[in-house]
This record gives sequence, structure tokens and C-alpha cells, in this order.
Amino acid sequence: MNKPVLRTENLKAFYVLDVHGDQTVVKAVNGVNLHIRENEVYGIAGESGCGKSTLLKTLYGAIEPPLRLMGGKVYYRVVDEELDASRLSAEDKRYLRWEFISYVPQGSMSVHNPVLKLKETFHDFISAHLSGKTREEAFEIAKAWLVELGLPTKILDAYPHQLSGGMKQRVTIALAALLKPKVIICDEPTTALDVVVQRGVVQLLKSIQRELQNSIVLVTHDMGIHANVADRIAIMYAGVIVEEAPAATVFGSPQHPYTRYLINSLPRFGDKSARESAPGNPPLLSNLPGGCPFHPRCPYVLEICKREMPETVALNQNHKAACWLVVEREDGKTP
Amino acid sequence: MKVLKDLFEDYRFVVSFTILCALLLLAILSLFSPHDPTLWGTAPRDIKPSWEHLFGTNSKGQDLFWQAAFAVRNSLIIALIAASLSRVIAVLVGMVAGYKGGMTGTVLMFFSDVFLVIPLFLIIVMLAMLVRERMNLVTLGLLLAAFGWSWDARVIRSQILSLRERGFTQTAVLSGTGTVRLVLNEYMPFTTPLIFSTLINNMAWVIGLEITLAFLGLVNMDIPTLGTMLQWAISYQAILLGYWWWIVTPIVLSVLLFVALYWLSVSISEYLDPRTRIQRVGA
Amino acid sequence: MEKLLEVDRLTKVFTLGTMISRVRITAVDNVSFFVRPAEIFALAGESGCGKTTTARIILGFEQATSGQVIHKERPERDSKHRKVWFSESIQAIFQDPFSTFNPLRIVDRYFFETVRHYKLEDNREATIKRIDQKLKAVGLSYEEVAGRYPSEFSGGQLQRISIARALLTDPILMIADEPVSMVDASLRMSIVNLFKKLKEDIGVSVLYITHDLATAYYVSDRIAIMFRGNIVEMGPVEQVLMEPRHPYTRLLRESIPEVDPDMRWSEMITLTDIEQEEYLRRGCKFAGRCPMVMDVCKDIMPQDITVGDVQVKCHLYNSPSSGSS
Repeated sequence: MNKPVLRTENLKAFYVLDVHGDQTVVKAVNGVNLHIRENEVYGIAGESGCGKSTLLKTLYGAIEPPLRLMGGKVYYRVVDEELDASRLSAEDKRYLRWEFISYVPQGSMSVHNPVLKLKETFHDFISAHLSGKTREEAFEIAKAWLVELGLPTKILDAYPHQLSGGMKQRVTIALAALLKPKVIICDEPTTALDVVVQRGVVQLLKSIQRELQNSIVLVTHDMGIHANVADRIAIMYAGVIVEEAPAATVFGSPQHPYTRYLINSLPRFGDKSARESAPGNPPLLSNLPGGCPFHPRCPYVLEICKREMPETVALNQNHKAACWLVVEREDGKTP
Repeated sequence: MKVLKDLFEDYRFVVSFTILCALLLLAILSLFSPHDPTLWGTAPRDIKPSWEHLFGTNSKGQDLFWQAAFAVRNSLIIALIAASLSRVIAVLVGMVAGYKGGMTGTVLMFFSDVFLVIPLFLIIVMLAMLVRERMNLVTLGLLLAAFGWSWDARVIRSQILSLRERGFTQTAVLSGTGTVRLVLNEYMPFTTPLIFSTLINNMAWVIGLEITLAFLGLVNMDIPTLGTMLQWAISYQAILLGYWWWIVTPIVLSVLLFVALYWLSVSISEYLDPRTRIQRVGA
Repeated sequence: MEKLLEVDRLTKVFTLGTMISRVRITAVDNVSFFVRPAEIFALAGESGCGKTTTARIILGFEQATSGQVIHKERPERDSKHRKVWFSESIQAIFQDPFSTFNPLRIVDRYFFETVRHYKLEDNREATIKRIDQKLKAVGLSYEEVAGRYPSEFSGGQLQRISIARALLTDPILMIADEPVSMVDASLRMSIVNLFKKLKEDIGVSVLYITHDLATAYYVSDRIAIMFRGNIVEMGPVEQVLMEPRHPYTRLLRESIPEVDPDMRWSEMITLTDIEQEEYLRRGCKFAGRCPMVMDVCKDIMPQDITVGDVQVKCHLYNSPSSGSS
């Protein structure tokens, strides 16, 4: 099996907020173990406020107050050597960014400097990595890359307002992949785009992955997008990963009750049978229920669910779930 | 009382509140003054500050402590008249122009723009010269109120314009809420901090302008204000004659008043800022 | 056939730009449709297709350039009357549940105000009873809502509260503008199911405005697909979405990702870069991207053609006789 290119160990990152003397701790990432393999699209699904964007920030090492790393480690596998991301010097980080790991934050398409042409903005970002190359050479590389991905090269000479949202998003993603990073992290790249444009973005992600054979970590709440691109999918709920499996397994035989609700509530064409949402509301990350965070909404809740957080159990090599129902069933199997 | 407790955590509020209280106390003391402030020769002339005459006396034979009490009181009265009245104009014009929009809005904003671009100071000076004979606290307040609203009307209008596009405006309309209630119930909570901070800023502006007009001799010199006090001191060449206390008293009082008003406005508007208020409501 | 609300040749022209370089965009172009009693009618399309503008005109938040909105009970177009019937018999809920209520005000005030302004009840007890009844209809209760600020609720709850407030006046039609696009995935269906339930239990019609064809398919009876200001296809949802006739509807339908890893997209698509160009096209607005484009499409705007139960705006369905005209 592939060695993980990006790995986390019991990662915890909390927001510590202080509003007029009242301290609030938002447990956005609350013990996450990820193994992202080489050459895969790894999808992370979850609803707003489940901590998925914070998880990405932590993976990228973009931790700024009030966000604090409370425990656990992030490891990057750079040239067969595993590095602890929290111990990297600022210079190493700068070097690894764009060349080893790129990050496309949510809504990044609207953060371009409005008075600079896209290529200038872009040049500012990557200039640190282009020592020994002139500006013109750098632009040639960028142009060749856009051609390879089937995007028009004239967009480099355009100002941000001249492009549609979908085009900006695609340029942002394409340029994030320019230095052929091993890992590309995309936060909600298709949100707020029209369906036809979404499809274009997905198409682009696929062709980048095919071209570079690298790993893409894709966060979105849209299960349809996951079904379409992800090789493996992690389901995140209230700061923890509750289930992880290959896409076909997640959609075919989900184990965690939350995943089941998520999958079964999706409307499908040609099937008008009634769909039910999970009851209740997602918990506040600043005020988590004890035990399994899903227990107040879970129809199969057991006594133990209210007291203890279940361990993550491997159902098979690729399928993991964190649920007492699964734990009990698996225990029953092996006497 | 939670409001005061929260406010007292801000040192700027504590300082400005203390200074203002002291100045107010001074102003209230004027009610118990043993002398008529307009009369000359009620005290020995040109005495340095002492226990008997705290701020000293001037060459007109007036006790400067009591003069200062009247000056602070009268300056504050002018400032309150002018600032409150101009707030009323600014709020009305800003809200109507913002919510109604269309032709009404364009006309109102045209007037406000006219007031913004004309050389305000020269016109105020000219008008002050015209009404000089009948100049008292109220007419001066009215005069300054008429010229102090245009910029704030514009600010309020732009806030209303953005609030109008928020979803709750539509919810209120669908709830059958009429225009007046809509503005009062939905927009006022957002606009109040703005009105409040511009009120205080406007008071500072009025006090400053009064000093300037007095300096030019365009107000009734018999009424003690911070401006006339300074003007008398200068016309009697207090500096040259070494009566420093005569000139220092109005200057120090003005500076204290400005600092207090400024910090008060900053700390209160920070406290009332809707963004931090929403956080507090949510906590 | 009874019509609750009829929109007749509605047109809205926006003028963009400065005095010197003006562009006139027809955001809503000759749009006609109607909503029947106890029916969920979906108005679907991508952003900038004119669906929200249409809703705003119906609600009176925007003036139409031409055309009219006809209401079953009070057909007069006098603006004063309009306000009354719009608010009483037509209510609306909006996209962003977090801005539906003023963050500095307690949510239940809107309920009391609605009852008071429309004189629905005359004492406090009856008012609270009515409010509680409507909140129960959306799965909440008066005790849960009373005295709380919007920030104390989740997006899903706020959207339910918003629906409950709209129900206070016993409307016959509810206009829902993208009601689930900002609601959490796990709660989305509960809102959509609510529309179904309201339709079946108390016969409220819903004009469901959305970009999400999957929920539109799930919940609605009839659907109109809008593209750049035009309704390009309209008819029973089963027919429009399962056998799309207009090439744009087909593209839209195929672009919805199937929630099934075995049905991934394989075909590549081309995207348009400049929206405005499409608005300004003379003929069919989709001609620039249409895989089946003909010469006639570029010059002449197609007529609405009825094929079975479905109305399509496409030259492909011109019968030989009408094609020559």
C-alpha cells in the first residue's frame, strides 16, 4: 500500500475566544487521524460548522490566533522523509508551500487584488520559488500549464473583474497546481458556483490529478461532488471523523448513523420516495454534548454513547467508523 | 447597570467620564455663584491663584473660578443646543433620503451637498456679523446647528441604504410594518451608536467654533463662555502683563473638555457597535 | 383550470454602467406562468437567470418594466391595494435565514407585529395561541422561540421560524427564494418536506425558486427552467427533468452530480466566460453553447412551442408549418 503523503496523529485545534471576559473554547478539530495517500482524491464531507475548514488550515500549517494547536501532530512526507509540520522553520514552510502543498481557501477566487492583472498577483505568490528564472520565463511556464489544462491563456492578462466567478476559481486552482505540489488542499471549491460551472471545476480537478498523479484533499458539503471525484471519503461531524471509506462503500453501505442520514436524505432523480433529514440540530462546537457528539440526534442511541466517545474501528482495511453500534457488532463477531 | 460596569472596564471611558463629571460639577456650581458674572470689579484685580481665589482674578476685577464655572456652563449649553438640533436634522434628512430614495432622496442629498461644499466658516462669520446685536446662547446654538448636520446626514443615509438591503427589512414589510415603525424598530438599534458618537463629536466642533467666533469678536462679549474668556484675556494682553492664570484657565478647560468628549465618543461608540453587541447578545 | 397567481408577460430591464456606456440588460424577458392552488411550482435556473428578480416583482419589492402580476382574488393593479393582498395572502421566505431577522431584536417580536398589523387576533392570549399553532406546524413551539435572539438558533431553525411567521396570515401562496441553499445538508430535507406537508395538509401553494434541480424534482409538481431571463422549458416536473427537451435543460440536468460513484461525468463541457454577452444575444440566448445550434437560432428568438404537456422555447421543436413563418 502507498505510504501516506500527509498524516495526522490525534490532531486537536481549538479556537479560544474571549468576549468581554467570557472565555469560549470552540473545539473545531477534536482528535483527527488522517492518512492521505499518494495519488488519490480524498474527500472530506460535513456540514457548516463541523470544523472541516479549520482542519484544512491546520493541515496547511496556517494556524493563527484565536486558533490554537492543542495537541497532535501533522506529518508531511517530503522525498521519503517524514517531517513534523509544527517544527518546520518559517523558511522551510515557505519553501514547502506551493512546491509540496498548496491550499485553495474557500472563496479564494474573490481575493485577487482588483487592480492587478492576474499574472502579477500570481507572480507575487510564487516569486520565492522561481529563483534563477526571469518573470517572462515564469509566465511562459504558467501559460504552458494553462494550455495543458485546456484553459485560455489570455486570462493571465485579465483583471479579476473581467472574469466570471467560475473562471476565477478555475484559474486559482490551476495556478495552485503550477509547481506540481504533492498535495493540493481545496476548501469548498464548488460552493456558490452554478451547477454547470461546478462541473467545469470538477473536470479541472480531475485533469490536474490525472496529470500530476498527486493527492487532492477536497472539502465540500456537497455529496454529489464527492460521489463524482473522491476516491476515499471522510465524514466529519462536530470536529471528529466519524466514518472513512472508499467512495463506493460510503454511498453503498454507510455504517455510521450520521452518514446514513446524509446519504439517504439526498434526493435522487427518478425516485420521489420520501427523504428524511437527521432530527435535531448540529451541536455547537463551543458546547459539545458528552460522549459521542451525534448521540442527541441518533435514533439508535445506547447508554454508553452518552458517556464515552467511541474508538475508531476498522471494519476492513479501508473502512473505518467511530460508533458504538459498530464497536458492539464487531466485538460480537470476534468472541 | 451591567452597561456601566462594562463601560468602566475601558480606561478611556473612566478618564473622560471623570473629567466630564468634574466639569459638570463646575458648571452646576455657577448656580451658586456669589457674583453676577457680567459685573466688573466684584473682586480685587490681577491676583495670582490662591486659596481665596482658586484660579486667580482678572484685570476686570472678576474671580476667574466663578467666571470659569459660567463659561463651561454656557459653552456646554450652546454645544447641546446646536448638536441636538443638528442631530434631529441629520437623522431626518439621512433616514428619509436613505429609505425613500428616488427624487426625494436626490433633492435632500443635493441640499446636504450644498452645505458640504460651501465655505461654511465664512458664511457663519458673515451671519454672525449680521445678528451680532441679538446674539445670545440660543441664537448662536441655532446658527451652528443649521450648519453642522450635512456630513452626518450623509453618513446616516448610507447606513440606511445598506440596512434596507438586508433580509430583515423585507421580513418587516411582509409583517405589515409601516415605514415609520420599520425605521424606528429595525434601523434605530443600528443607527443609535452613530447618532451618539456624532452628537459628541458635533459638540466638540461647536465648542471649538464658538471659541473661534469669540476670538474674532463676533459674539456677545458680555456672556462668559470659554471663547469670550479667552478673548478678554487676550485683549487685555494678559500674557505680556504676566497674568498667565487668566489665559491658562480657559485653555486648560477647553483642552480637558475636548479630550473628554473625544474619548467618551470613542469608548461609547465602540461599546455600542452593533458587531460587538451581536457578540454580546450571542454570548 | 384555476389559477392562484398569474404572471403575464413580465419584463424587467436593468440599465447598467454610466451615462456614457450604458448596457441594457433584460433580466426578465416576457415571462409568463401561473401557479395553481395547492401546487408546488418550481422556478429553477442558475444565478443571473432572473428568477429572484421575478420573485421580487411579484412581492412588490421591484417594479416591472412591463407585464403584470394577476392575483386570483384581487386583480386590480393599483399599488395601494397590492400591498395588502401581497402581504396577507402571499408571504415569502428568503435565502439567508441569518439575515431574515434583525440580529439586535428578539425573534418573537416579528410574530406579534404580524398579528397586530394585520389585526389577526384581538387579545394577547389568542395571539400566542395562533403563534404557537404555526410554530408547531413547523416542528417548534412558542416556548422554544419566545424571548430569544436570532443568534441563538441554527440556520435550519431560523428557516423554520421564518416559515412559521409567514404562515401566520394563513397565506394561500408562499414564495420561497432559495430556502435551503444556506441550510445545513443534514437539515435541508426537513425544510423541503415541510413545503410538501403544508401543501398536502393545508393546501398552501409554493413558488419554489431554486438552483437545486434535485430538490425541485423531489418536491415540486410543475417546473419552469429559466435561462438568461427567459423560461426555456416549462411543464410537469417528471417530464421536464426526466426527459428534458431543451438543450439547456439537458445540460443543466446532466451537470447535477449524481450521488452515485458509478455514474461519474465523462463528457467534457465548455463554459461561457462572459455572461453579459449571452444576455445581449439577438436570437436564442443559448445559441453560443448549444450543441445542436442551427443558423436560425442565432437570429430569431424561438417561440414557445407546446410539445405534449411541456412548453419549450427552442427551434428544434418547430413543426414544418410554423417553422416557415
